[in-house]
Amino acid sequence: MIRTHQLAYSYPDASQGPHSRPITFPDVDVPQGTVLLLSGPSGCGKSTWLALVAALVAPSAGTLTVAGQAIGALKNVAADAWRARVIGFLPQKLHLSAALTVQQNLGLVYWAAGLPEDPARSHAALAALGVDELAQRLPNQLSGGQAQRVALARAVLLKPQVILADEPTASLDDDAAADAVALLLRTAREQGATLVIATHDARVAQLIPLQNDGQIGFQPLYLVRKQLSKAEQLEFGKAALGQAPAGHAAAAHAGSNAGPHAPASAPPGVSA
Amino acid sequence: MRTLALAWRYLWARPLGAALNVLLLSLGLASITFLLLVSAQLSRAFDRDLAGIDVVVGAKGSPMQLILSGVLHIDVPPGNIPLKAVRELEKNPLVRQIIPISLGDNFRAYRIVGTSPDYITHYQATFAQGGVWSAPMQAVLGATVARKLGLQLGHTFVGSHGLGGGGHSHGDNPYTVVGILAPSASVLDRLILTDSASVWKVHEDYTASTDDSAADRAVMEDEREITMALVRYTTPMAAVSFPRYVNTSTEMQAAAPALEITRLLHMLGLGTDVLRAFAGVLLLTAGLSVFIALWSAVRERRADLALLRMLGAAPRKVAALLLCEAVWLGLVASLLGLLLGQGFAAALGWFLRLDNSLLIGGMVWPVELWVVPTLALGVSVVSALLPTLAAYRVSVLELLQSR
Repeated sequence: MIRTHQLAYSYPDASQGPHSRPITFPDVDVPQGTVLLLSGPSGCGKSTWLALVAALVAPSAGTLTVAGQAIGALKNVAADAWRARVIGFLPQKLHLSAALTVQQNLGLVYWAAGLPEDPARSHAALAALGVDELAQRLPNQLSGGQAQRVALARAVLLKPQVILADEPTASLDDDAAADAVALLLRTAREQGATLVIATHDARVAQLIPLQNDGQIGFQPLYLVRKQLSKAEQLEFGKAALGQAPAGHAAAAHAGSNAGPHAPASAPPGVSA
Repeated sequence: MRTLALAWRYLWARPLGAALNVLLLSLGLASITFLLLVSAQLSRAFDRDLAGIDVVVGAKGSPMQLILSGVLHIDVPPGNIPLKAVRELEKNPLVRQIIPISLGDNFRAYRIVGTSPDYITHYQATFAQGGVWSAPMQAVLGATVARKLGLQLGHTFVGSHGLGGGGHSHGDNPYTVVGILAPSASVLDRLILTDSASVWKVHEDYTASTDDSAADRAVMEDEREITMALVRYTTPMAAVSFPRYVNTSTEMQAAAPALEITRLLHMLGLGTDVLRAFAGVLLLTAGLSVFIALWSAVRERRADLALLRMLGAAPRKVAALLLCEAVWLGLVASLLGLLLGQGFAAALGWFLRLDNSLLIGGMVWPVELWVVPTLALGVSVVSALLPTLAAYRVSVLELLQSR
């Protein structure tokens, strides 16, 4: 579903910005219907990785294939149309438009995709998340949890193949964070979508249950700010999953070629 | 949801700001509308009423006063001229036609004009009822007069001295209505027409005493006057010599309507220039206000706009959304500005009681008014260009990176 190889991105105004050299990303291969946990400290390139997967920016090197589509080959309008069809996005700050009702906020999805509005589908998406009775409310009339469900309904309205959730548990207490992650996992499972959770919240790893065969329920991808030695990468990985169940950590160590555990040919992290 | 509908919702999500912008833009547009309406109505009235009249001959004084009083009937005449002198002018080979105009009386503020049937023919007016007079003291009513006063064929009325209401009543010489004109959209609509002899009779009877002899009456008739003469030339070349002849060789003056009205419009133009400049400042201010509002909207909604990009909207679609907000502002302001402008013009007509003169008043939509929506859309779209560009360039990476 999501496959990268020697993926790199150069900022157009690198001379002005914090990244004077291209960011390079570890290789990943995320099958359809699975979960990728994208983590790392602020400034490590999580947002850029999300933007690359969403075809908002084009890779400067390497290959990136999402849902069978080579992202580098997509240009402008085609990229926008592809994103509308394939990518569902749940931003950290939900960005529900204050001027519009819940139903109208969902209507933005159709507008952006250039599709005729389908009220029945919108209603079904809201109903699936238990917020259909809020359709005529304005965002400022919703609780935090309700707003997040509405934003998730917006993200999955067109049944995307990939759901990108950006810091979905930020500013949430433990119970609310558990609910948010459970909701994301359930929705992604019901839709058969690949779920990417970008977070620096260590609780998220704990909240993803083990698979039936006891394997870790997600694939980790760690990004770091600078080039680390192999030993440093290992330490960083341990720290990132420090509170995860032992099975999770072991599976991650053994099963992922990403981040600190990426092969030497795949440079991890960000060059500063 | 269409872009226009979405833009409408976003626009009115900030109702106070939107209303202020619409109001500011509308005021500037209303000023422009008002100017256009007044200018168009005056021009139309002048063109209509002055058509075919080459020169007006009357008593010496202000030439403009002569035109305003004798052709447009919105001023008092400078005096009278001897009928004999006018008869002499009729013999001039440069003169094709002379229409006499005798003023002095009114009925309920509508002027009674002593003239000849040529006056009706000149304006190509037709009769709705009855026909032209066949004897003195018979009157033909303009359409507006008949409608407003409720007079019908066979009704009689008595004129009062003076051109406004409230003068001495000529009770012993009543007029009988013998004709009512169909609306002609000319000055005739608001006049009461009668034979010149009616005016002479009323005033000679008024000034004569019971012991006047036939000889006295003959002297009176010999000294008859009219107020002015509307003259048509046999050749356009007459415009060079005829007025000079009248002004230098007679006790009368000749005033060319085209020249005087041009002078009048120039004088009015000084006033309208000030108003136009004021309207321009208002529009500029409105444009700046729209710019600030939309610029703020882009800044406030930067993340929302970026989210639209994330949802799959192309940059040009996001930009179009903002441009549509500006278009809505322009359209709403156009509508409001046009209505306000019409209201201002109507109020001016009402306050100055000019509706009786038909110069200004009534709801008219001259073709020049297309300038108003064009200006509105121009100002709002130009003001929206930079904000639209900013919306076009909104970065989704910024949205993703803003924690």
